[in-house]
Amino acid sequence: MSATAGAPPRVVLVDDHGLFRSGVRAELGRQVEVVGEADDVAPAIEVIGRLVPDVVLLDVHLPGGGGQAVIAAVKRDHPEVRFLALSASDAPEDVIAVIRAGARGYVTKTISTADLADAIRRVADGDAVFSHRLAGFVLDAFAAAPSPEDVKPSFDPELDQLTSREREVLRLIAQGYTYKEIARELFISVKTVESHVSSVLRKLQLSSRHQLTRWAAERRLT
Amino acid sequence: MPSAGQGAGQGKPRWQLQGPAGNDGYVQEPSEPTWPPFRFHGGAGRRDWRADRDWQTRPDWPGRTRRWRHRGNGEPLRRDPEDRLAGGVAAGIAAWRGFSPTTVRIAFVVAALISQGWVVPIYLGGWLLIPAKDTEASIGSRARHDSRGIALAVGLASLLCVVLGLASVLNPWLINTYGWQQVISVAFLALVWRNAPDSEQAAMRRLVEPLESLGPGGTRASRGTVIRLSGALVLLGAGVIWLLTSHESIALLRPLAGLILVAAGIVLLLGPWWLRIARDLVLERQARARAEERADISARVHDSVLQTLALIQRRAGDPQQVVQLARAQERELRSWLFEGRTLGDGDATTFAEGIRQIQRDVEARHGVPVEIVTVGDCPLDNDLNALLAAAREATVNAAKWSGASVISLFAEVEPEQVEAAVRDRGKGFDPDAVPGDRKGLAESIHGRMTRHGGSVAVHSALGEGTKVTLTMPRTAAPAAPAGAAGGNRR
Repeated sequence: MSATAGAPPRVVLVDDHGLFRSGVRAELGRQVEVVGEADDVAPAIEVIGRLVPDVVLLDVHLPGGGGQAVIAAVKRDHPEVRFLALSASDAPEDVIAVIRAGARGYVTKTISTADLADAIRRVADGDAVFSHRLAGFVLDAFAAAPSPEDVKPSFDPELDQLTSREREVLRLIAQGYTYKEIARELFISVKTVESHVSSVLRKLQLSSRHQLTRWAAERRLT
Repeated sequence: MPSAGQGAGQGKPRWQLQGPAGNDGYVQEPSEPTWPPFRFHGGAGRRDWRADRDWQTRPDWPGRTRRWRHRGNGEPLRRDPEDRLAGGVAAGIAAWRGFSPTTVRIAFVVAALISQGWVVPIYLGGWLLIPAKDTEASIGSRARHDSRGIALAVGLASLLCVVLGLASVLNPWLINTYGWQQVISVAFLALVWRNAPDSEQAAMRRLVEPLESLGPGGTRASRGTVIRLSGALVLLGAGVIWLLTSHESIALLRPLAGLILVAAGIVLLLGPWWLRIARDLVLERQARARAEERADISARVHDSVLQTLALIQRRAGDPQQVVQLARAQERELRSWLFEGRTLGDGDATTFAEGIRQIQRDVEARHGVPVEIVTVGDCPLDNDLNALLAAAREATVNAAKWSGASVISLFAEVEPEQVEAAVRDRGKGFDPDAVPGDRKGLAESIHGRMTRHGGSVAVHSALGEGTKVTLTMPRTAAPAAPAGAAGGNRR
């Protein structure tokens, strides 16, 4: 059910602040088609199941549980629905949790309207969207060489380490580069940049790296 | 937000609120630090401090490792009504000597059993004579002027004497072993009851409340209550009769059985009430914890958010300033909410902290948002201080000259090197035709970096913004690659 080229992606907004939803709805205007809204986990699952949108714009913090709960429930019946996490918080554990639950991207609520519309379109097309913050988190999480405790039977070096090219792409995202700028900077095509980011996303979701969970907890303390 | 200072600040007003207003028995002791009973900040630190203290004052006392959260303070003995079961005497002694309150309470109960109950009047005496925490005057000092209370206490005590005297006709052993303790306890209790401050009286009233409802005029007597009451009365009656008749009997086991029956009766009678008291105590402590947390949050919101909102309203005509204020407030709130960090003005000790300081300063001084991303962290040394200074210079440059609406500052600590990249999407410049003053600044960045063995790469083009990449090899790493300059740039 991916968006056909040209047609604006169908979007469901999930956020507990009505003002924010109407703001996003008004600003996105004709760039996307907002087909539904929900303000909590249970209504969100119902609305998404009924409308089956291309993209769900999902607040990480919902009163009835985190955004992960929505993703987990919807993924079972509608694996084709894509999620873009949206949060006011930069707390790493929130972001990592929602990404690992299956969101295709994460942006902060301070994002500009044009960038948000762009991010939605990207996610609708199956690409990944990282905010500069998230890129920093990921670099941090994958920074250290795998510790001995990480090397367990399930340890997959391919999944648990970033390639140097992926690191370069993430570094540039962390510095606020757009995909187009990254492509120019690294002399590669935008498609290649996208595929690098998607691959990082996959590793982020699938890696069994202990680091990923432990690191979020550690950061909280420093 | 200095954590210890604020904790102490919160402790006092709470007590002022609870004590009767204008009562001179509630003189605050400004010199005595008051700790909130629940740890919100710096709990670990406080415990360490106490442990150190114990080491010095009583170095030969074994088993000090089992200290609880109270300090063995060098302060005068005070009752601790925050942590009380009855009068807070045990908790006070525990805090005073650095034991666990539970240990002291168990010791009290054991002592009461061994001393044939003499500990009870002693405890009540302590309740009377030891001032509550944060106060100077004890209940006893006020009771001295309460002539009606004294009369009541003497009256009750003599009444009890008469009753016991009558009872001793039936069983002389009873008055001989437990009589005087009861008489003194009743007198003390009457005095405490009449003269305790309002807060303690309220607590006591709640303890006794269920007893009142047991009386004839009690509330809805459900069937369960009736059964429970009659069961308890039967057990009590049987036990008492057994006890009273025991002295005529030779069987040694009889008094024991009587005691067990009485105990069972008491448990049946008062068990639900005890449970309720225990639950109330827990609830009360939780409520207090919540209240403190709320006070903490509202203080924070008031100090920062409300102030900023007021400022914003006043300067609504100046969008630049409004953005700056909102941005600074957002940053502060974020670091408090999500990172558990408070904005100190002290010197940074780690690289990432230094980068955050650059962000704060540049945003405050030049009003341009700085988006920072830091990867990894390490302690600062001379070289990294130079790198930070250069990064600050580059960021300030970008804020001043580029005209960009946002500056990105990226810092990554790697095993062999530390990199900082300052990037803007502003005017940019032609590096070959740099105006004199700009060149001077670039020189100062460049000079700083090279003096410490680092390197600088500047990429800029008219209309495309500027990127300054600073790279510093880490001294800890042996033989850092000299050509690592701008390593991530192709």
